[in-house]
Amino acid sequence: MLTEHRTLRENSMSEHNEQAGQAEHKEHAHHIVSPVTYLIILAALLVGTALTIWASYVDLGIFNPIVALAIACTKATLVVLFFMHVKYATKLTKLTVGAGLFTFLTLLGMTLADYISRAWGRW
Amino acid sequence: MSDSTAIAHEAAHHEHPPYLRHHFENVDQQADAAGFAMWLFLLTEVMFFGGLFTAYLIYRNWYYPAFVAASHQLSIPLGGFNTLLLITSSFTMAMGVWCAETRRKNGLVLCLVLTFILGLGFLGVKTVEYREKIEKHHVPGFHYSLSSFLDPASDEAAKAAGDKPMALDMARHTEVYFSLYFAMTGMHAVHMIIGIAILGFMIFRAHAGAYTSGHVTFVENFGLYWHFVDIVWIFLFPLLYLISRH
Repeated sequence: MLTEHRTLRENSMSEHNEQAGQAEHKEHAHHIVSPVTYLIILAALLVGTALTIWASYVDLGIFNPIVALAIACTKATLVVLFFMHVKYATKLTKLTVGAGLFTFLTLLGMTLADYISRAWGRW
Repeated sequence: MSDSTAIAHEAAHHEHPPYLRHHFENVDQQADAAGFAMWLFLLTEVMFFGGLFTAYLIYRNWYYPAFVAASHQLSIPLGGFNTLLLITSSFTMAMGVWCAETRRKNGLVLCLVLTFILGLGFLGVKTVEYREKIEKHHVPGFHYSLSSFLDPASDEAAKAAGDKPMALDMARHTEVYFSLYFAMTGMHAVHMIIGIAILGFMIFRAHAGAYTSGHVTFVENFGLYWHFVDIVWIFLFPLLYLISRH
């Protein structure tokens, strides 16, 4: 369908065809996320919030922060993919988001590597 | 203006919508460029808040007992309620984008007004929390008070959490926790205030029909900003309020 409308666009001389091509192209490029999806995500986020509050009162030892961060990461992923439309976005946007996340985690990892590998007990 | 000029003028502008800037090939390219730029801006925001989160992570490991005791001073019901407000506001914002895309003017205005109100509600709750911190002298600075940590029996929140009296050198580090608490929630609140101001502007523009004639870029990119601010809070809430509670 994409190839078809590209040929249509390239070959079209008349204004009418050009408009039809653009309308079709728009449908491809711009995905409208439905309210049902938004409602499901809202429900998931609220459940996640309840879950993380509940989990914080249970003594899981060192796993308390891990569980809290895992739930937070899941919630953030849902927001990014659906509320922020990244699931339906162009490859450029996906790459941008991925590159940003990668850069942040790299910087975080390098900083922590520095802090855990020296000056023990000097603070 | 003669008829022929009028027709020529119309023909020149008929092939593209009025909001298409002339340096773009078509509407999709323009929207992609705007979305890409918005994401680049959000990445700088990720790095900005990321630095604060990293500082929090390191200091929490260094001064763990102080961070645990200090976090007991925060109210989970208030923080939880604020999380509820903010997540709901993200939903209403997402619905606003949908309304703009499907050209529902009244729906868009309603969604923006709801987002505006929920955002203000969040700041209202935050004010209540800050006020309590000010009253208890938990704001870092010359008037900072260690009594909640040196003598937990004198403090209701500390007593409820079962805190033990802390040595002076460790108790002093609770100030680091509150410095980070105010820096992180304060910067988050600044972002909320900016967002609410832009929302106020958008409500008037939306009422005039600005975003429901096919050009949704502004609403969409503001939505990205608002959701980003929501994500920051999604991490702030567990890290500041929850993880030292059990």
